[in-house]
Amino acid sequence: MRSRFQQGLDELKEKLLRMGGLAEQAIDRATEAYRTRDSKFCQMVLAGESAINDAERDIDELALDLLAMQQPMAIDLRFVLAVVKINADLERVGDQAVNIAQRVLDLISEPEVELPVDIPRMADGVSTMVQRALESFLDGKAEVAEAVLQMDGIVDRMKDEAFVMLVQKMTDNPACTRQALDVLLIARNLERIADHATNIAEDVIFWVRGADVRHGGAHYRE
Amino acid sequence: MSTPAPQGVSLGRRLSNGGATVFAVGAAILVLVPLLAIFAYLLIKGIGSVNVAFLTQTPKPPGEVGGGMANAIVGTGLILAVASVIGLPLGIGSGIYLAEYARNRFGDVIRFTADVLNGVPSIVVGIAVYSLVVVRQKHFSALSGGVALGIMMIPTIARATEEMLLMVPNVVREAAYGLGIPKWRTTLSISLRTASAGVITGCMLAFARVAGETAPLLFTAFGNQFWNLKLNQPTAALSLQVFTYAISPYDDWHKQAWAGALILIVLIVGAVAAVRIATSRGMLKGA
Amino acid sequence: MGVGIEVRGLNAWYGKNQALQSIDMTVPANHVTAVIGPSGCGKSTFVRCLNRMHETIPEARADGSVKVGEMDVYGDGSDPVEVRRRIGMVFQKPNPFPTMSIYGNVAAGLKLNGFRNRKQMDELVERSLKLAALWEEVKDNLHKKSGASLSGGQQQRLCIARALAVEPEVLLMDEPASALDPISTSKIEELIFQLKQHYTVVIVTHNMQQAARVAELTGFFLMGSLIEYDKTEKIFTTPADKRTEDYVTGRFG
Repeated sequence: MRSRFQQGLDELKEKLLRMGGLAEQAIDRATEAYRTRDSKFCQMVLAGESAINDAERDIDELALDLLAMQQPMAIDLRFVLAVVKINADLERVGDQAVNIAQRVLDLISEPEVELPVDIPRMADGVSTMVQRALESFLDGKAEVAEAVLQMDGIVDRMKDEAFVMLVQKMTDNPACTRQALDVLLIARNLERIADHATNIAEDVIFWVRGADVRHGGAHYRE
Repeated sequence: MSTPAPQGVSLGRRLSNGGATVFAVGAAILVLVPLLAIFAYLLIKGIGSVNVAFLTQTPKPPGEVGGGMANAIVGTGLILAVASVIGLPLGIGSGIYLAEYARNRFGDVIRFTADVLNGVPSIVVGIAVYSLVVVRQKHFSALSGGVALGIMMIPTIARATEEMLLMVPNVVREAAYGLGIPKWRTTLSISLRTASAGVITGCMLAFARVAGETAPLLFTAFGNQFWNLKLNQPTAALSLQVFTYAISPYDDWHKQAWAGALILIVLIVGAVAAVRIATSRGMLKGA
Repeated sequence: MGVGIEVRGLNAWYGKNQALQSIDMTVPANHVTAVIGPSGCGKSTFVRCLNRMHETIPEARADGSVKVGEMDVYGDGSDPVEVRRRIGMVFQKPNPFPTMSIYGNVAAGLKLNGFRNRKQMDELVERSLKLAALWEEVKDNLHKKSGASLSGGQQQRLCIARALAVEPEVLLMDEPASALDPISTSKIEELIFQLKQHYTVVIVTHNMQQAARVAELTGFFLMGSLIEYDKTEKIFTTPADKRTEDYVTGRFG
């Protein structure tokens, strides 16, 4: 029975990584849309949302079946639980990418304005976090996941700086308030994606080490 | 691969099945035939001479007509009682020992000895007991007769007891040990009780076999024309009496021999039947 | 009320083969403790050493310290029969005494240890059958039906009642449900859960889900050694030893 079970676990992993790929792709396309101000990238992101949602449903169902039929224990049980949680985080990442695309569509419809925020740089950082988190899941490496946790602080600071800059800009030049708000929201969306990447990393650590490192501590079972 | 549709059994198989059944039934009938024939013959030859006098009087002097085998009937009962007192406890006891305590080389030696003892000719047992008991007591006795027959009962009872005890599943014993019941108590109250049906059958087999033995009694009980209820005096026995009368020249005694043989068979069958009925009514369970 | 069991340095042999190597284990009172492990790991041997049943097998012996409450099981002058009276045992295959009625079975431990008071015996039999959740099903046929005429699940509950009738402090169960169907199994498991209020229960099982369902503590045995012993949740979610993990995830055994 072990091999059938192992097949189930492998399938779950494969599907989750594929969904992760879709999520990464959505982030990249949204970033590209911002940089090029080309609405076709936005359309791609919007069109790709249903694939991500379908993947979420598929993975949840497979995980449920595996739990019911194979009664996994210990590390296998933690793995399935981690997959279910990462599944939810990836779907939210997809949603955030869609939100970014919608903000970009709005920006495109307005005159272009020079803003003191380097969104592409922030987006790259965030994209790297998601990538690394998924890598740590692929390889089952808790150290890689821990590195992701470190990066979250950087993204938070970038978002806070952007906030200050944009508020300043809006005060100085009320005409570009709309664009500034769009960019602020995009920054916020990116920060949320970074949080989800952090969650994914925490779930990987839980799976591999059995330690609950959420909310800042390392909690091992007594 | 589809499963073939069920077909009727082939003719060849039905024939061989029928043939085997006929053979088995036939063999069983053939076994019964001699038994029934003997019994019928005894009945025919003997029933005429079984009367109140036969059952209540002692033998008359040789040559005289009349008399009976009353003392022999009672004597047989006395000797068999002594034999049972010796044979049952020793037989069941050794059976218990072999099954529960001696699953080893020493036990194998005892088993072998019992089997050998089983095969010793009954007259040899009689002679042995003669040397050991009769010579020492300086007279023939019911006691020595009982000893001889008792010795002959032991191997059969021991082996039957051992076999039946071995058939009691070990988990039953373990259940008793787990309750804190000591081994000896477990053996008696649980194992033996579970095996009781088979043990009783073994005892009845042994009893029925020795009840009809004549040779061992020749030099031990010796026989007696008169009443005797004392254990240390020569005693009459049905088998001895039948033997003596059968080889005598007297016609009347021949008739009485038939009657004696018939009575002996009836008593043995009756005893076995009584025990069977008692066991099936659960009266003998609970050792 | 149950008592705790303290095992220190327990070794056991079958002839020349050592089946248990220096086992240290503390079983708390009024808890259910499960013992799991692959075939041949020594879990049954371990449990049978607790009530000195191990030595009933020819050429088997054990030494070490086993303290059940105040009783030193292997101490000088300790009587195995007395030990077994204080520690009850239920076996894998239900084994009611074949010639006895239901009442006779439950009372066997009492009767054969010299108990005579008929009224008290009746009460104890009723109480034991109630504790074993069998009373309602058999109360009208106590003397008429034989122990062997019950169904498998009922027979096992009868054996539990029989073990409880002598009022042990500890109940040892060697794969008690492995020969039973799922419904009987769940009844027995429910029963075990109830029993821990009054007794200390140690259960050997090869079914990990069963250990997970009934036991608060679980010990994992492998090749005669106790590898890991901890709260059941820990053993099945985050075991400390890789060997434990390999076993509970089904990678071997």
